Amino acid sequence: MTTLAEFTPSLIEATLQTLTMVGVALLFCAVFGLAIGSCLALTSPQGIAPSRVIHQCLAAFANISRSIPFLILIVLLLPLTRFLVGTSIGTAAAIVPLVIGATPYAARLVEAALLDVDPGLMQAIVTLGASPWQAVRKAYLPEAVPGLIRAFTVLAITMINFSAMAGAVGGGGLGDLAIRYGYQRFRLDVLALCCIVLIVLVQIIQFTGNHLARSLDRR
Amino acid sequence: MQTQLSNPYESASNLMQPAAIRIRGLTKRFAKDGAPALDAVGLEVPQGSIHGVLGVSGAGKSTLLRCIAFLEKPDAGEIVVVGQDWSRLSTVDLRRQRGKMGIVFQQLHLLSSRTVATNVALPLELHGAKREFINARVAELLDWFGLADKAKEYPAQLSGGQRQRVALARALATSPSVLLADEPTSALDPETRASVLRTLSSIRDQLSVTILMITHDLYSAGAICDAITVLDAGRVVETGSARALLADPAADATRRLLAGSDSAYPLHSGRTHGSANAQRELLVEL
Repeated sequence: MTTLAEFTPSLIEATLQTLTMVGVALLFCAVFGLAIGSCLALTSPQGIAPSRVIHQCLAAFANISRSIPFLILIVLLLPLTRFLVGTSIGTAAAIVPLVIGATPYAARLVEAALLDVDPGLMQAIVTLGASPWQAVRKAYLPEAVPGLIRAFTVLAITMINFSAMAGAVGGGGLGDLAIRYGYQRFRLDVLALCCIVLIVLVQIIQFTGNHLARSLDRR
Repeated sequence: MQTQLSNPYESASNLMQPAAIRIRGLTKRFAKDGAPALDAVGLEVPQGSIHGVLGVSGAGKSTLLRCIAFLEKPDAGEIVVVGQDWSRLSTVDLRRQRGKMGIVFQQLHLLSSRTVATNVALPLELHGAKREFINARVAELLDWFGLADKAKEYPAQLSGGQRQRVALARALATSPSVLLADEPTSALDPETRASVLRTLSSIRDQLSVTILMITHDLYSAGAICDAITVLDAGRVVETGSARALLADPAADATRRLLAGSDSAYPLHSGRTHGSANAQRELLVEL
C-alpha cells in the first residue's frame, strides 16, 4: 500500500489541473458573462435600453443551460468539444463544458451586479449624452467593479465544484483524484487530503476576492 | 402696474430676448384613464434668466423635469430648447444635442468610481472631445468652481457642497447654454444652501447660462429666480416675476406654499436683465 507522502506528486498535479481548468474557464466566462450579462441588464425593464424580445431570448438561454446537470452537459457537448479542441478527453477538453456550463451563471451574476448600480445614475449618464454602449463601458461596468469581483469570486468557487466532475472526461483535477482513490480504492486519507486542498483553495479565493472588492470600492 | 409686474416676459420681449426654453401644451399621462401628471403645461424661460418651478410634492415637478431632460416622452406638446423642438429628434440626434443642456439632479449622480476630474471630464469623453481639450476644459472648470485641489479625490471624500459643485462643473463641461437644476438646495444646511445659490447666480451672470430650477424651497426661489411658475396637480396655476408672485400670490396653491414655508424668503428687487447688482447684494447678505 502506498503511503500518503507518495501521493504528493499526484496531488500537486491534480491541484494544477484544477487551477488550470478553473483559471482558463473563468477567463472565457468573464468575457462571455460580461457581454451577455451587460445585455441582460441593459435590456431589462429597469435598464436604459429596455427590450422585451432580446431580454427574454437571453434569459431563456441562461435558464436552459443552467437547468442541465453539469455531468450531462459534459456528455451533450462532446461533439462540440471534439470540434473545438480536437479531442474529447483531457484537461483542455474539460474546459469547454466548464465554460458553457458556467457562462449562464456568470451572465446572471453580472446582470445582478449591474442592476445594483443606481438606475437614477444610469439615466443621468444618458442625459450627459451617453449611448447605451458608452453607458456600459464608462459607467455601468466601472461603478459595478466591487460587485463584479464579488460575483466572479462566487463563480470561481462554483467552478471548482463543477471541475470535480471533469474526471468523467479524463480532465483530472482534485475532484477526480478524490473519487478515483478515495472512493473507488477506499483511500479515505487521500479523499481527506484532496478536500483539505480544496478548502484551502476556496478560502484563498474568497479572501482575495473580498479584499480586492473592498479596496476597489470608492463609495 | 400690477399686471405689468406680474408678466415677467414683457421686459424680456421688449429686449428681444429669445426664449432659451419654451414649453407648450406639455401633457403626460402615466395611466390611460387616470389624471394626467402634466396637463397642458406651458412656460417660457428667456435667455439669461433664472426661472423657478415651484410646487408641493406630487404637483408634477419631477415629471416636468424628466420630460425636459427627455427621459420621458410627453404624450403631447412641444419642448423647444435653444430654438429646436427636441421632442421630435431621433435618439441619435437627441444624444448629440444633449451637450447643449446641462442637468444637475437632486441626488447628483456622480460616479463613485471616478475622481472629481474624471467625473467632470465624462460628458466631454462621451461627446468625443480630444484628450488635450478635455484636460484644459476640466482644469478651467475646476478652477472656476474652486475645486482645483480636489481634482484627484473621489466624490465620497468630499463635503455635500463640494459634491454639488462637482455636479455643476460636470453639467457645464460641454458649455451648455441651458442648465436644468433639480432641487439644487434641498437637504443642505443653510450655509451650504447660500453658497450653492451664490454659485448658481454666478453661473448665470458670468457664464451666461440660462437656469431652470425645480424646487419646493421658496427661500431659494425667492433668492435667485427672476420668474416663477407654480405647478399644482399637473397644471400651471400661476406664472409671474418672483417678486410679484411671492409678495402677492394670486393662486391658492401659491398661497398654500407660502403659508407652509417656515423660512422667510428674501424677495429680490425685481431687477431687469443685465443689472445683477441688486441680486448680488442679496446673495452677499445670504
